[in-house]
Order: sequence, then C-alpha cells, then structure tokens
Amino acid sequence: MNKKNKTWLTLGAAVAFLLLLAVADRFFDAFTLRVFNLCAVYMVLALSLNLLLGFTGLFSLGHAGFMAVGAYTCALLTMSRELKELNFFLTPILPWLRDLSMPFLPALFIAGLVSAFIGFLIAAPALRLRDDYLAIATLGFAEIIRVLITNFQPLTNGAQGLKGLPSYSTTYVVWAAAAVTAAFMVLLMRSSFGRAMKAVKDDEIAAEAMGVNVFRVKVTSFTVSSFFAGVGGALLGHMITTIDPKMFTFTLTYNIILIVVLGGSGSISGSVIASFVVTILMEALRFLDEPMDLLFVRTPGLPGLRMVVFSVFLMAVIIFRQRGLMGNKELSWDSLSRAGLRLRRRAGGEGKEGPNA
Amino acid sequence: MLRTEGLTMRFGGLTAVSDFNISIEKNEIVGLIGPNGAGKTTAFNLITGVYRPSAGNIYYKDRDITALKPHAIAEAGISRTFQNIRLFKEMTVFDNVLIGCHLGIASGLFASTFGLPGYRKREGEAREKAKELLESVGLLGARDELATALPYGAQRRLEIIRALATGPSLLLLDEPAAGMNPQESLELMEFIRNIRDRYDLTVFLIEHHMQVVMGVCDRMYVLDYGQTIAQGAPAEIQRNQRVIEAYLGVE
Repeated sequence: MNKKNKTWLTLGAAVAFLLLLAVADRFFDAFTLRVFNLCAVYMVLALSLNLLLGFTGLFSLGHAGFMAVGAYTCALLTMSRELKELNFFLTPILPWLRDLSMPFLPALFIAGLVSAFIGFLIAAPALRLRDDYLAIATLGFAEIIRVLITNFQPLTNGAQGLKGLPSYSTTYVVWAAAAVTAAFMVLLMRSSFGRAMKAVKDDEIAAEAMGVNVFRVKVTSFTVSSFFAGVGGALLGHMITTIDPKMFTFTLTYNIILIVVLGGSGSISGSVIASFVVTILMEALRFLDEPMDLLFVRTPGLPGLRMVVFSVFLMAVIIFRQRGLMGNKELSWDSLSRAGLRLRRRAGGEGKEGPNA
Repeated sequence: MLRTEGLTMRFGGLTAVSDFNISIEKNEIVGLIGPNGAGKTTAFNLITGVYRPSAGNIYYKDRDITALKPHAIAEAGISRTFQNIRLFKEMTVFDNVLIGCHLGIASGLFASTFGLPGYRKREGEAREKAKELLESVGLLGARDELATALPYGAQRRLEIIRALATGPSLLLLDEPAAGMNPQESLELMEFIRNIRDRYDLTVFLIEHHMQVVMGVCDRMYVLDYGQTIAQGAPAEIQRNQRVIEAYLGVE
C-alpha cells in the first residue's frame, strides 16, 4: 500500500470518527453517551499505564493514586468560591485556595503537571526496586496518597469528598484528550526515546551497556505516565461530578490493568480497542446483577455476577491469546490490508495459499 | 588506554577477582583467558561498571572511571558484547543497531517525540550509520527480522556491530567465538582485525578457543581462581608452566 493511499485512509477514518462523535453527542441517550465517553477516559488511563507496563516494563500498581491527585487538583481549581464554601461545611477550606478558580483546560493541564510532579517524587525512590517489589511499593504510595487525601480536611474536604463538580467532560473534550494521548504515545514510541524504553524493558543490562541511562528513562516514563493518569483522573472526576477518596482504591487500578493486559501490553492499538471492549462489556453485562427470569426459574439479583462472567471472559482471552488481543503488534493500514488478504484467501478455499502466504 | 590497579571483587566470602592489574595500549588486541570460573567475565563486568569493585581503581585514558555507571562508561567510549548474547529479543535487527546509536542521538523526551529539527538530523544520521554497519557484516537484508530469528553466528556479529554503533574506542568482547566452528572462528579473527583497523579500536577479549586467542591477540593475561597467573605474548603463554598446570591440572 503506498503512502498517498494511507494518508487518504487516515483522513477518511478521522472524518468518519468526527461524524460518529457528532452523531453520538446529538442522538445518543444520556446513559449510552456516558458509556461512550467513559471509553475515552479509560483510553487515556490505559494508554498511560501501558507506557509503564507495556513499553518500559515497569509493573506499577499505583495508578489510582495519580488519578486521585489529578482529579482533586482539577476539581479544586475549577470549582467556584460558592461551590467550595458549600462543600467545605465541616472544616473551612484553605483561604488561598478558596478564591482560586480557573477555566477547565488550563486546570486540566495543571492537574496533569501536579500529578506528574508527584509521580516524579515517587519514582526516584520506588524505581530503585524492580518487578514485584516495585509493584508493592507503588501500591503503597497510592494508598499513602489516598490516606493523605482522606485526612487533610482543609485541602480536600476529607472523606466527604467534593460534590457538584462542573461537568466539563463533554464528548468533544474527552475524545480530544483521548486522541491527543494516543497521538503522543504513537509519536513517543516511534522516537529514539521510545526505542530506549523498549530496550530497557527487553534487557536492562544490555540497554545500559549501549549507553542508555536506564534510571533516567524509567523516571521519565513514570513521570509521563503520571501526567496522563492525572489528566484521566480529572476527566473522570468532571464526568461523574463527584469525587471522594474511596473512589480511588486499588480496584480502579485493577480495571485499568485489565484493559492494558486484555489489549496486549506494549500495543497502543490494543489499549484503544480494549478500552472499548471492557468499558462497554462492564455496562452491557449489568443485567446479570439484576433478578432474572430464566423460563421457569427466577433468580434473585446477584450483585457481582457480572464480574464473575467478566473474569471468565478474561481467563478465556488469556488462555487463547496469552499476550492479549493485539500482543505487542500495532494496527496499521498495512496490517489491516494483510489481514483482509488472508481472509479473502481463506474464503477462496483451502489449498490455494499463495506462495508467500 | 585502559589500566587497572589492584582491582578486587569479593562476593561474600568468595574472591572472584583479586589484585587484577592490566594495562592496555591503544590499538592492541589483548586476550584474557583462564579456566571456567576464573573470574574473566567478572573482570569485564567491573570494567564496564556492572559491578562496583570491592577495591582497586580503573583508569580509561587516564581518567578514573571506577565509580561510573554502565551507561556513563559506554558514553566514555567503552563498549562490550556479552558471553550469552544479549540482543534485544523483541526488536528488529535494525532497531538493535539503532539502540547502539542512542548515544549519538540522545535527545530529550520532547525533542524526540515531537521530532524537533536537531533530533531529526541526528536520527537520520544514526539510521545511515546503522545501515552501513549492517551492510559491513552482510546483515542488511535481514534488517526487518527479529534479532532472535537470526542464526547463531549472525547474532554474534550483530552484537558486535551493535557495540560498534556506540562509537567506542575500546571494545570488550566476551567469548565472541563461543559455539563457532573452526571456519567461523577463522573468519571472526579476520573480522576482529578488520574492525580494529577500520574503526581505530583497541580490543580486549575473553576467549576459550585457543586457536582464536593465539591467532589474533598481541598479548594476553591468564586468570585462575581470580589471580593473574601469567601475562605476555601468545608464544610465551603457551610454554608457561603455571598456565599449563591451571588448564590441565598437576600430577
């Protein structure tokens, strides 16, 4: 396939996607639109975790912590003075923060930066560890963040959380964020820096011997990942419009790991596809939690049944495709056209395989 | 070029390398031999910063590099290959060599992600260089294959040119002829001399194939149980009584 064709295909796909967004925004009912937009938020989060898990090979379980930092930062920056006073009825808010209020986009960016900064601070000590030790350390740091948020009343309103956040996470905002994140990841992984990350994942000792500053690469990767985790957290907060510390427990991290592993760690397109699959399935399977009429038997509502089914689905994927849906491959026009050729050939009958099948 | 003074490495009670003193001049090819477990690879790991020595110092071009991290040592101009081939398994042949060029590109996160002009230029140069290196060992045709898909001998050659891609002046080769047949070993000797001349290198190599060591080295050091038991020209080493005892045992 030549370059010109690919450019046209890409443009076409972009236009088609914009149309889909316009249609979704105009005609989807509130619930469907919410799920659709949630896909975008999860995409940002999954892509950011994939940078650590899939590309740099760092097993971090601290994602929820950085999301919390992002969500709280953004919320506190965008809420109006009246709204803050309404929320902080037990302990008054810090005076300098009370009058601080700014538009959503700069706040979102600052939320990412603050989260990245915290990520940077945590990375320096935590990244001296590796593998499971790193996982436990990051899990611990995420818990520390959550406990700090719960207990620092004047800044975060503690366990009551923040309510009535302006719902700035509109269809266009979240999908623009998802697109920017995906584009950033693609560019990053094509660059020499991305190559160094893959080298670190592949063989640290060899990478170091080639002059790659392994520690620096890891810290940078962790910081960038925290940035996008913060942005994702902020988007989530402004979508649900209520945040509290209990939202950012390990379960949230687990959901994102699920997306990354299911899509194939080390594949950007894998994360993108899996964000759709997981988010939509989680909602679509909701009927399982409710009472069901199975012809003669009426089952009582079993909350959590959908997670059981979901786990079975996950196990099936892991058994039949050990490396996730996409492995570490990427979807491209070339790979699509090759897959198309294979399908056509198979449809054309067995035994007619081309010489270079 | 490279000098060590009283280099010692202890792992708990075991002294893997003790009082290791070497001095290598520019453009020499120097061998390091010894029975299994003599501490040869440990010596390499000390020089390249994988281990911090328990005692002693390492000087490269009269600069003390003892405490440097491996990547800084690579940056200083010492590159290496590994005994049990450490290619990047999930990368293509071409990308493996490109990682070797990393030092030449070395741009920050943003410059490389957004393809700023300075970075683009260096990346382009690196790609040219990688292409040339691959061509020089006849692997350009396999550039898009996974590194692990190459035959064994080709993997060895790829690892050597990946090391060359970092632009070293001192090249450490850890058993480059391991697993090669006599014909391949002969070609390898020729190749080592070749790259020494072409890239103005100094080579320090560990090898078990006596034919290779004797054929290619100007001088050599012999280690046994971490001790340097002999040094000198190949012909002297061959007649050295202690070396023969170390290799064949004593009656």
